[in-house]
Amino acid sequence: MTELSASPMERKEVRRHRFKPLSFGWFAAHEARLAWREFLFIMSGGRKDASWGRTIWALVFLGLLHWGAWYVLGVYAPFPSEPTPHFLMVLSVSGFFAWTLMLAQALEQVTRVIYARADLDLIMSSPAPMARVLGLRIFISAISTTLMAGMLLIPVIDAMAIVDGPRWLMAYGVLFAGGATAATVSIGVSLMLLKLTGVKRTRTIAQVLAAIIGAGFTIGAQVVGILSMGSSQRMAVFDLLEDEGRLPALGSLIWWPARAASGELLPLIAVMSLSLALLVAAIGVSARRFGAYAGAFTDAPQGQVVNRRRTIAIFKPRSVAGHLRVKELTLLKRDPWLLSQTLMQILYLIPPALLLWTNTGTSTGVALVLAPVLTMAAGQLAGGLAWLTLSGEDAPELIATAPVASGTALRAKVEAVFIAVALPVTPLLLGFALVAPLSALTTLVFIALATGGATVIQFLFRKSAKRSHFRRRQTASRIATFTEAFGSIGWAGAAALTVTGSLLWTAIPMALAVGCVGLAFLLRPRG
Amino acid sequence: MAAVSALEIHALAKSYDGKPAVSGLDLTVRPGEFYALLGPNGAGKTTTLRMVTGLLKPDSGAISVWGVDALNDPIAAKRLIAWVPDEPMIYDKLTPLEYVAFVAGLWGVEGAEAEREAEALIDLVGLTAQKHQRCEGLSKGMRQKVALCGALVHAPKLIILDEPLTGLDASSSRLVKDVLKARVAAGATVIMTTHILEVAERMADRIGVIAGGRLMAEGTFDELRERAGHAGSTLEEVFLEIVAGSEVAA
Repeated sequence: MTELSASPMERKEVRRHRFKPLSFGWFAAHEARLAWREFLFIMSGGRKDASWGRTIWALVFLGLLHWGAWYVLGVYAPFPSEPTPHFLMVLSVSGFFAWTLMLAQALEQVTRVIYARADLDLIMSSPAPMARVLGLRIFISAISTTLMAGMLLIPVIDAMAIVDGPRWLMAYGVLFAGGATAATVSIGVSLMLLKLTGVKRTRTIAQVLAAIIGAGFTIGAQVVGILSMGSSQRMAVFDLLEDEGRLPALGSLIWWPARAASGELLPLIAVMSLSLALLVAAIGVSARRFGAYAGAFTDAPQGQVVNRRRTIAIFKPRSVAGHLRVKELTLLKRDPWLLSQTLMQILYLIPPALLLWTNTGTSTGVALVLAPVLTMAAGQLAGGLAWLTLSGEDAPELIATAPVASGTALRAKVEAVFIAVALPVTPLLLGFALVAPLSALTTLVFIALATGGATVIQFLFRKSAKRSHFRRRQTASRIATFTEAFGSIGWAGAAALTVTGSLLWTAIPMALAVGCVGLAFLLRPRG
Repeated sequence: MAAVSALEIHALAKSYDGKPAVSGLDLTVRPGEFYALLGPNGAGKTTTLRMVTGLLKPDSGAISVWGVDALNDPIAAKRLIAWVPDEPMIYDKLTPLEYVAFVAGLWGVEGAEAEREAEALIDLVGLTAQKHQRCEGLSKGMRQKVALCGALVHAPKLIILDEPLTGLDASSSRLVKDVLKARVAAGATVIMTTHILEVAERMADRIGVIAGGRLMAEGTFDELRERAGHAGSTLEEVFLEIVAGSEVAA
């Protein structure tokens, strides 16, 4: 039977058997199918029904991103006719910033290769060559890292091609090289962590590390800027290197990624070849070791032993709500995902904290920075925490069958969210109060509003889920994600305007924040 | 005055998308009884028990737990009940002792009494060595034992278990059965669904067979055997005959 004369079903069957079982192509087809379905899941928010409306909305959104990038680059980014060290430096630092985000994602993806148990036990129990499967999975993780970063960078690259010529399309090659090198570095870091800290702890440490790397560069640039110039502008690091005399010469190899992105063929070939070669070599060296670690993870007892002294406290008499609060706070404390997310929020509080420290004794400018940053951080943190307590309940039937009024259980969970938000925010707020007491008090009110707003949105969109599905919470409901994010922005804006005395203008961001909660209420799932 | 039933269900009905899962079910379980609820897949067993525990709201009917109207006063009814589903509902990041302490707190058992009871139960099910270890590292059997400890820590008068022996090894299964027998001997009432008919045959005081959301037969094993007209038959043969009869009637 030829493929041309076959029916669609038969053609599908032929395609399925195109690769010999256990061959590289066969595994690659399987992995590509899984990765594609995961990508579709993320893009569709987990909905199974495909609709033209959703596709059109996605295209419109992509179009808007392109328009925004084109507008910003056209107005604010003059492209020199010949590359200068300064231009290459700006391009390199911007690229490095994007690469750190890729590295954070790659680190998480690479460690998932041995911790995602979905089908690993099946594959390990089969006669399939483990090293080949894991090697392929690491390679797929590099591709997926590239794709995810591409979602953010495609509009920028396309806009550069529109504004300054099609030579910028070669930046796609650099994007792939970035994904490959991020995966290579992640392989090295993961192996080092596995060797130093063991298979049980590496996952948590890698998650925390990914959070630090993801936020680290941006925050580092701000910290350098604040300490040197007293400004928290994100581009301050560029200003430090403004003097072109300090920069390497135009012919230096350090500029090759930037020159490759701007359309020079030789640097592009070199950058892509080197990054691919490094990735293939890293996979070749590490795949077998990853296989051994995956096996060790299966064998290792997973339950961490908890300090026995705690047993005195757990039987302490308290109200039912008290028991629920203690349970929620204990679970939050032991959640590695939450740990990394909280750490990220706390890291973002470092620049304003430094600003506070460098401006001790003066309230000028401090309130304007601290009020919105603290409010925004609290709102974002509360959203994650509220999802964990309201939706991520691992024993919903236990709570539902307990002799506790549903209102009591809900109140205890919300209280746990407020307590957990208060812990990282309070020290900064106290420091703020020393500099500007009234502004600190105002900020406290907006922190409470942002925390409450995010919690209400999560309450409206609560859906029973396992806590381990935390990373998918943002794909579960796009409406909840966007209303939560824009709500936090609204409260932060209102906080900034209030502390600067622009009370009349405060109504606009407050209306946005309240409107987000209202929109969430109108669009909440029914039934 | 007639003795209060441990569980009394009258004309209970529940539909999903217009398709009846439970249709006018009447069921009475006596105090201190070990009651086995049997039925084929989709017969309505779990739906019935979830309505009793307050997890599902019935479309119509009445449920009374030790004389407490479970639909009008669910909190009072829940104080008397323990629910053990087929998949243990425990927290991965808590230790067995912390989990049992938390459940004790939910049911208002506190302080020294809770600690004594929790420790005793954990020792009883053989989890002493794991009591300070997070539950994420425990096997399915161990997790089921932790869930059972949580269910028993507040000394419930009515213990409802949905397929509690699924996936347990022989010794764990034996242990769970012994614990349940001891509770019945101490005056508690146990209602258990199971597909392991041998367990129902050996342990249950009375057996109810449910199919198509209705109670098709009820009685002791001997009464069911007599009804089926096979004096020397096993429960499996009796059960299959009752279920086959219900399918013909439907």
